[in-house]
Amino acid sequence: MGSTNSTLSKIPNVEELMQETGFTPAHIVRLYDRFEALDKEKTGHLRPQDFGAINRLAMNPIGDRIIGAFFSPGQETVDFHSFVRILAHFRPADKKHPKDPSMPEPVNSRTSKLKFAFQLYDQDKDGKISRAELLQVLRSMLEMQVTEEQLESIADRTIQEADLDKDDAISFEEFRKSLEKVNIDHKMSIRFLR
Amino acid sequence: MSSLLSSPVLSSLPFSLLSSPLSFLAPVLSSLLSSLLSSPLSFPLSCPLLSPFLSPVLSSLLSSLLSSLLSLPLFSSHTSSPVLSSCPSSLFHFSQRFTTVVPESCMLILLGLVLGGIVLLTSKKQLYQLEPGLFFLFLLPTIVGDAGYFMPARLFFDNLGAILLSDVSLCSDQKVQAGLMEFLLFGALISAVDPVAVLAVFEEVHVNETLFIIVFGESLLNDAVTVVLYKVYMSFVEVGPENVQTADYFKGVASFLIVSIGGTMVGLIFAALLAFITRFTKKVRIIEPLLVFLMVYLAYLTAELFSLSAILSMTFCGIGCNKYVEANISQKSRTTVKYTMKTLASIAETIIFIFLGISAVDKSKWAWDTGLISCTLIFIFVFRALGVVMQTWVLNWFRLVPLDKIDQVVMSYGGLRGAVAFALVVLLDAERVPAKDYFVATTIIVVFFTVMFQGLTIKPLVNWLKVPRATNRKPTINEEIHERAFDHCLTAVEDIAGLNGYHHWRDKWEQFDKNYLSKLLLRKSVYRKSELWEVYQKINIRDAISVIDQGGNVLTSARLSLPSMASRASFPEVTNVTNYLRENGSGVCLDLQVIDNVPGAKVEEESETHHFLAGNLYKPRRRVRPCQHCHTDRQRQDREIFQRNMKSRMETFKTTRHKRHSHKKDRSDVKEQDLNDKPRRNVSWQDKDPVVVPVESEDEKGEHLEPEKEEDVGITFVARKVPDTPKERPKSVPAGLEVCQSPSVAPPSPTCSERNLPWKGGIGTLPVCVSMEATKIIPIDLQQAWNQSISSLESLASPPGPVEPLHPLLSSSPLLSSPLLSSPLLSSPLLSSPLLSSPLLSSPLLSSPLLSSPLLSSPLLSSPLLSSPPDPQEKRERKHLSCLTASLI
Repeated sequence: MGSTNSTLSKIPNVEELMQETGFTPAHIVRLYDRFEALDKEKTGHLRPQDFGAINRLAMNPIGDRIIGAFFSPGQETVDFHSFVRILAHFRPADKKHPKDPSMPEPVNSRTSKLKFAFQLYDQDKDGKISRAELLQVLRSMLEMQVTEEQLESIADRTIQEADLDKDDAISFEEFRKSLEKVNIDHKMSIRFLR
Repeated sequence: MSSLLSSPVLSSLPFSLLSSPLSFLAPVLSSLLSSLLSSPLSFPLSCPLLSPFLSPVLSSLLSSLLSSLLSLPLFSSHTSSPVLSSCPSSLFHFSQRFTTVVPESCMLILLGLVLGGIVLLTSKKQLYQLEPGLFFLFLLPTIVGDAGYFMPARLFFDNLGAILLSDVSLCSDQKVQAGLMEFLLFGALISAVDPVAVLAVFEEVHVNETLFIIVFGESLLNDAVTVVLYKVYMSFVEVGPENVQTADYFKGVASFLIVSIGGTMVGLIFAALLAFITRFTKKVRIIEPLLVFLMVYLAYLTAELFSLSAILSMTFCGIGCNKYVEANISQKSRTTVKYTMKTLASIAETIIFIFLGISAVDKSKWAWDTGLISCTLIFIFVFRALGVVMQTWVLNWFRLVPLDKIDQVVMSYGGLRGAVAFALVVLLDAERVPAKDYFVATTIIVVFFTVMFQGLTIKPLVNWLKVPRATNRKPTINEEIHERAFDHCLTAVEDIAGLNGYHHWRDKWEQFDKNYLSKLLLRKSVYRKSELWEVYQKINIRDAISVIDQGGNVLTSARLSLPSMASRASFPEVTNVTNYLRENGSGVCLDLQVIDNVPGAKVEEESETHHFLAGNLYKPRRRVRPCQHCHTDRQRQDREIFQRNMKSRMETFKTTRHKRHSHKKDRSDVKEQDLNDKPRRNVSWQDKDPVVVPVESEDEKGEHLEPEKEEDVGITFVARKVPDTPKERPKSVPAGLEVCQSPSVAPPSPTCSERNLPWKGGIGTLPVCVSMEATKIIPIDLQQAWNQSISSLESLASPPGPVEPLHPLLSSSPLLSSPLLSSPLLSSPLLSSPLLSSPLLSSPLLSSPLLSSPLLSSPLLSSPLLSSPPDPQEKRERKHLSCLTASLI
């Protein structure tokens, strides 16, 4: 545990971070190592090109969107704290600790997981997934397998299905409704190694 | 009998497949049975008679099948009266209540007991034995093959770790219960959770899919473990406990690994082979289902041949090939495979359980030992629970979504022992294992206890614990898309966080699959297709089917709220689309014969539906073929099919119509009838004039048949026909009208007999092509068109009238441009019927091809379509028409 402590001491406000994200010290240390590995120039910040260096991410159809999600608007870099906070979205919900009503909603709650997914679609941040935005995601996911016409009909159908207020776009509320039956906790979580 | 079978629970999932052939057979069987019952001795005799003709195995299979079929009537006769066909409703209600409580497997065992008792009473000797050969070669493969082939692969692999662990640990738990070699052997075979029993019970209970897949997957793989352990201990017993050395135990473990891994490999090899072969069956679709069965079975036999785990082999063959085979084979083959497999599996299941019951009756087979039985019962329960708890504790360290206590309870409670254990114990060699009879007795009791008691109580237990149930809801397109996005998202996050987790490996596998496997194993045409697109199409087809089934008024009630959305968005409670439709739908039907009876209020809604359907159904075809006269063979074929279809429908439609309203001839009357279904006589101008112009029906018929043979439709019908067949004009048509009968006469085109439309060169301004708008059938359009046609008819009445107006009219009138025009109506009996004597038709005007064309009596006209124009409009039209006819006559 010696190395764990020494690593932790390097991170400012680590207690607060753990409190906020729910990661254990072991998690934090592991993520910190990863952060350092990605941060080739040791600036303490990651830039988009640092993410771009991850090979497999380049093959991911929505990889660039995920990278984009790490950077809050207007910012060119992301520090360790934000990095961990973003990743905390994917922490599985812990059933053992019942929700404390006084606490703010944890970052790995169902709603925030959904919000994260939603903003992957909603690139112009207007709170709505427009048809064009949906088409973009579909296009990148389906690549060359379908024709443009097929893509459009899928998109139309999707919007029709989810669109409750008939504004030809999917709002977050509609997005949430359309995924009501899906076990988000299951589908949007990864197991962080200890 | 049939009422018993049609009771809800019996016709639950697997059984519904059985029940239809069964209920078909029921009358035959019941008559057969009643004769058998009257002379009970003849029953056992009937089966041995078969054996000389058939191989022993086949005959036993046959007789067992027969017995399974016969036992059902027996059952019902046992409970109420021997006269099966007159089974009263009281039995139905009884069976309904009975079957909701008792699982199917229990009932089958009970049936087996009864049947076995009867047979034993009559012949003093048990005729039916569950032979190991029969069981392992025929019954088990069908069940396992079904399970493996339809196993949801992703779920299975998601939970693979859990399955493997629970499997091995639970089995090894079991053998601790006794020190003796023989007890070890017994422990091995009794510890196997049986796939058959689990499948039967869990499918009825509908637990959530994670739980189901864990228990069921465990039970499947368990078989491998059990069979291997069984064989290992068997050899130990043969050698004798004192000769077993330590090395032999390790050999046992090694052989376990070899058997299971080897079995899996054999299965995967056959899966690849099967997928590869189905790539090339495009020309011989008929062999596809057979190929699937044979190859999967071959995987089983091959593994058995090398004494590897046959069940593992078959399961993995099914899992492995499913994706590729399903994509390669045709839709029909897919359905065939699905239903045949399910049917076979449920038959096999039925037979096994009935055999269980039958064997239990035979006292010579077993010896009772209370101590052994009670100990075994307690031990299997305790060890199962212990095993589950320990193993989930280990698992939850690794699982994303931990298995909670409720899951554990159900898992341990769901450990049903079944036919595999029974078959294994029956297989024991009595000479080597002196305690065989005790073991058999104990196994039977254990199986009975687990299947009966646990099977009976698991449903209330699941309810009581509020275990999340499975919903057999089909995912919406939104969910499909978003879940895919989630997968990508998680893979990316794992990459970023530097974790080589589950998603990482799955992504790698998918890449490999896409780049190599699919390329090798899938057809080129299939390889290109996207899964999401397939899903999209499936959802669309499902919607379309439910729309058609329900008469399509979903579309009008909420303006294109497709069923799958409606059920999700606004009615989350109602998972079943058809239920929702039934509740909200008004039973509107597009069937032409029914239209007459639809009350007036529905008519408008219905017509809207009709427009919608017509507009959307015909559009794509028009889009491909903007020009009327350039069509390909395929389109022609389509149209012919459509025409034939419409023809037959019109025939029936006409005959019924004629019977009821013999005076009905003109469209306004038809319309009126559609509106409020009451005969309208006072206004009818057609009754006034009794002038009868004899129109040769034969001639008419021939005339109208002809264009059909020429596979032409729509506008061209009018335009081309007249120059082609001038003789067909009714003799009574005045000369003046003859000129304007068709515009095609006007342009002096020498090439009119050719395919090219005659007016093409002559009058360029006419819209020859059917526009997109024209194909959409909208009430407003219709009104306009009708008005236009009226006015043009008026102009026709004045002999030198302009020829042109008729034409745009025709082409723009949606009615005319619809394929209906060329429909078989032309040859419909209407024209040759005595109805022709009605004034309107016999009037010269109407005998012109335009009006006498069946359009007037076409389903479109009689359909609510025409009733959509508002009343004043209608009246005006009518006035128009009456003026017109008056002026003509």
